[in-house]
Amino acid sequence: MGQENAFLAAWRLIVELDPALVEIVILSLRVSLTAVLLASLLGLPIGAALAIYRFRGRGAAIVIFNAMMGLPPVVAGLVVYLLLSRSGPFGGLGLLFTPTAMIIAQTVLILPIVVSLTRQVIEDLWQEYEEQLRSLGSSTARAIPTLLRDARFSLITSVLAGFGRASAEVGAVLIVGGNIAGYTRTMTTAIALETARGDLALALGLGILLILLTLLLNTLAYGTGRFAQRTTG
Amino acid sequence: MRSEPRVELMHGVPSILPLRLEAVSFAVRGKPLLTDIGLEVTSGQRIMVLGPNGAGKSLTLRLCHGLLQPTKGRVTWLGAGANTPRRRHAMVFQRPVMLRRSALANITHALALQGIGRAQRKEQALAALRHFGLEALADRPARVLSGGEQQRLAMARAWALRPEVLFLDEPCAALDPGATHAIEEMIQAFHRAGVTIVMTTHNMGQARRLADEVIFLHHGRLLEQTPAAEFFEQPRSEAADAFMKGELLW
Ligand SMILES: Nc1ncnc2c1ncn2[C@@H]1O[C@H](COP(=O)(O)OP(=O)(O)OP(=O)(O)O)[C@@H](O)[C@H]1O
Ligand SMILES: [Mg+2]
Repeated sequence: MGQENAFLAAWRLIVELDPALVEIVILSLRVSLTAVLLASLLGLPIGAALAIYRFRGRGAAIVIFNAMMGLPPVVAGLVVYLLLSRSGPFGGLGLLFTPTAMIIAQTVLILPIVVSLTRQVIEDLWQEYEEQLRSLGSSTARAIPTLLRDARFSLITSVLAGFGRASAEVGAVLIVGGNIAGYTRTMTTAIALETARGDLALALGLGILLILLTLLLNTLAYGTGRFAQRTTG
Repeated sequence: MRSEPRVELMHGVPSILPLRLEAVSFAVRGKPLLTDIGLEVTSGQRIMVLGPNGAGKSLTLRLCHGLLQPTKGRVTWLGAGANTPRRRHAMVFQRPVMLRRSALANITHALALQGIGRAQRKEQALAALRHFGLEALADRPARVLSGGEQQRLAMARAWALRPEVLFLDEPCAALDPGATHAIEEMIQAFHRAGVTIVMTTHNMGQARRLADEVIFLHHGRLLEQTPAAEFFEQPRSEAADAFMKGELLW
């Protein structure tokens, strides 16, 4: 099949909502969005705490989280693989090669991003707020929800960065998910496989959708941020 | 502005005053910024803390308010009410920090930090805004208010906390004469309600209008604590005299 034909075929798959394609898209979104949710639930408070508590080893923790932002997805996949494999500590749960394993791997992968970017944002805000909040009687712990709330629109960016990484990576989901058709096949693993097999139409269709979804999400986030800036200063 | 009876703020609770600073020093990395400060704040006074830039006025207020701990000496609230858990002194800064929410929500947040129940917060916050005729600001996002409006909101927020002592660090430094006048009116409202005022200013007209007593700081030392009438007639210390004549000298 020529590449031009592949392009047309790809559009057809998208416009006709090809069931195989839809299934893959839904699984991908389910895995990545769940991972983003989990990484945010953990990463926002961890990042905020790292920003405002002073403790021994804080500098080291910050450096480690920063460095982990660049963790190669295959390495994250490998670590989770070792933990979940039959002989690993959590082998008994039987999670390897399930969507749950993929969610875990992606959560591990993007947690450092959410933590590090949140820390940066909250640290700046704390500079501005600390004295006033302390004056009003806020403890350090009590300041965390206040700061997260006030930084919410800047934090969208860190959460989005996490989503971007999760939806774009192949290595982690491939290793712990196994790319099983109809079960653990995501957009990125399918693109890798179909390209190798020569089914460019499906690969291209998925690629286009991936880009469109990313654009859509970022547009929504940007719009929210702008709106918020105008209304809350 | 309605005049508020003293009891509304005081609630018949025993006072936290007097506040005493005994031989208080404050140093950063071995560099002394305040040396051997001793002073006493008693109930109902309006105390102006004066002195040139860098004298240590803001540091002194922060130490009194508990935002800083002295490296030497003691800051003690001596009154019978000093042991209640709620902090009964508030502070208004030169540049108020407002949260990214409505004016009203800024006050209810402050009340929440004081442990005041959800039901009571809104009522109390609205009452504070109304007391100063600011109810029109209630639903406006606080951070897009003008500097003068934000400072008035900061004063209303302090009012809602029902403090017994109010510290103000150059509250009018960034304000035009109109806004300055409005803040002075608010300070007087606190005073009429029995709140003790401890304030810094570089505006000598303002100091004369408001002061019952003057504390003069220079190079991190307290040079005098003098009744206002006497201070503005003739300060006791040479440095204060030079300062008032505009001849100071770092
Ligand atoms: N955290 C700090 N670290 C080091 N030096 C400080 C710190 N805070 C204040 N200082 C110094 O302490 C001195 C007193 O500061 P302070 O802010 O109390 O002065 P001030 O009397 O309020 O002056 P101004 O009229 O300019 O507001 C200044 O020389 C200032 O540079
Ligand atoms: Mg100052």
